[in-house]
Amino acid sequence: MDFGSTYIVLACVFGLFMAWGVGANDVANAMGTSVGSGAVTIKQAVIIAAIFEFAGAFLAGGQVTATIRQGMIDAQLAAGNPELLIWGMLASLLAAAIWLFIASRLGWPVSTTHSIVGAIVGFAIVGLGVEAVQWGKVGSIAMSWVVSPLMAGSIAFALFISVQRLILAADNPLQNAKRYVPVYMFIVGFIIALVTLFKGLQHVGINLTSTQNYGLAAIVGLAVMLVGIVLIKRLKFDPKADREFHFANVEKVFGILMIATACAMAFAHGSNDVANAIGPLAAVVGIVESGGHVTQKSALPVWVLILGGAGIVIGLLTYGQRVIATIGTGITQLTPSRGFAATLAAASTVVLASGTGLPISTTHTLVGAILGVGLARGIAALNLKVIRAIFMSWIITLPAGAILSIVFFLLLKAWFEPA
Amino acid sequence: MAPSMISSLFGRSPVKPLQNHMHAAHQCVMQLIPFFDAVLAKDWDKVSRLQKEISDLENQADKLKRELRLQLPNSLLMPVSRRDLLEVLAMQDKVANKAKDIAGLITGRKMRFPAAIAGTLKQYIQRSVDASKQACDTIDEFDELVETGFSGKELKIVETMINTLDEIEGDTDNIQIQIRAEIYKLEKELPPIDVIFIYKIIDWIGELADRAQRVGSRLELMLAR
Repeated sequence: MDFGSTYIVLACVFGLFMAWGVGANDVANAMGTSVGSGAVTIKQAVIIAAIFEFAGAFLAGGQVTATIRQGMIDAQLAAGNPELLIWGMLASLLAAAIWLFIASRLGWPVSTTHSIVGAIVGFAIVGLGVEAVQWGKVGSIAMSWVVSPLMAGSIAFALFISVQRLILAADNPLQNAKRYVPVYMFIVGFIIALVTLFKGLQHVGINLTSTQNYGLAAIVGLAVMLVGIVLIKRLKFDPKADREFHFANVEKVFGILMIATACAMAFAHGSNDVANAIGPLAAVVGIVESGGHVTQKSALPVWVLILGGAGIVIGLLTYGQRVIATIGTGITQLTPSRGFAATLAAASTVVLASGTGLPISTTHTLVGAILGVGLARGIAALNLKVIRAIFMSWIITLPAGAILSIVFFLLLKAWFEPA
Repeated sequence: MAPSMISSLFGRSPVKPLQNHMHAAHQCVMQLIPFFDAVLAKDWDKVSRLQKEISDLENQADKLKRELRLQLPNSLLMPVSRRDLLEVLAMQDKVANKAKDIAGLITGRKMRFPAAIAGTLKQYIQRSVDASKQACDTIDEFDELVETGFSGKELKIVETMINTLDEIEGDTDNIQIQIRAEIYKLEKELPPIDVIFIYKIIDWIGELADRAQRVGSRLELMLAR
């Protein structure tokens, strides 16, 4: 294929740019709740995010990548002219990355996922024809954008009610916190491990039976729980702190739990959002390496996942830190007990979506989860105007991504197409 | 930098401002004790100084009230209804207002109280201030209520505190009856206009406790949901 290596280099550059954007903006939303609840410092949050974003991207990022790469458009239609697909994917990456850059400059809260989905659908309509879009799949992705915040909200509601019943409303909240928080830690480890094992590891080349999966997930859960028990034992409680606010010491115990859920959130975010950057990249690499066979299903090259993970970490380190700090200081209302319920609910939902291969917006899911805690009467004041911002971001981002992608597609086509 | 959706999701909590307002209102009420000491000692310089202080404190509470009102747009999702919250705030404000009225009237008329009722009067004002203190302590539990989602042990604690507040207000009612009886015995020997205003002050001190109690009952409305 002509220009084969040019395409791969371009795809890597655009993909890295996109991954950088994900790391710079999105990670901050995922980690801000943990910093805001005071459970982890900004430095710790950055370290946790770097490790677990990468792990999530690498271990569980395969399914969503597959969807972005080949799930939304019928590649069959481009069989005669594989370069159309390559130009389209390059255009989508560039469009989404540039749109995110513009939007965050202008202060619009837009979603990475929506940008890339809009961009891919946009180029497919113009480049390959309306029938090339797998509308069923795109429809289910759009549905998942409604379902994921609702689901996260319901889980967060249930989790926070259980925290209220078991711990906060009890006669001796501190004693109950020490007793039940390790159980929650087990749940965190178990759920994240289970979904990852079931859905994520295949592409890394590990295949296990269901029983092995459950067993391994339980072991991970127990390990997290043991670490939690040790950390809680080492906590020092100050009875004086309870005079001003009665739950000061209880919240310390939840702080330990929050560290575990922060890890889970970073992992979940990595598993879902890395695909936005590397899905198109993987598509380009796949076509070029197979010599132009668009339908051939080649395995996702591991180096592509690593590139995506690395891009996110670079974005986090160069720019994301500052965003985390801004968010973290703005949301002091989110105590560890509330932050835990919201974060775990969002992380579970996102990991589940990752396992199913659905690209969802982590930020919107987290917003849904926080509203769930609010509905359980747990947060003093939530600004419902944000819901309007979410709808606006859908309405603006999808067409914006699509139009930009069409423009870039036509430009690339004009540039590379043999006269 | 983009304002994050997550950080713009959190509105400013009304809890601390509400507590601050109640503290300001109670600060104002508390001054009534040295104020009455000065009145009974007929130290008019001190009386007018304290009256000014009470009036300043009431103004401060007013300012806090306005600030809190401005930060409660309709689009907020709160664990309590906005209306209930504003009603608690209004009632807290009325506590401070009454204290200011009492101090203002007494200072304006340089009122003298017969020595025979001084003991009961001190006891009466003390109990009324106690009611305000109890209301203030109850409002201080508001953040814990939010933390527990208005349930469990914390709910019981607050309910007990509100009961205590009711009892204190009941005490002031009893003292009011007693002090009225004492004045009734003396009223023929006193200038009639002075008597009218003494009765008025007695009424107002009772009302102060009554308003403090109503802060509690407004809070109780929030619990029952």
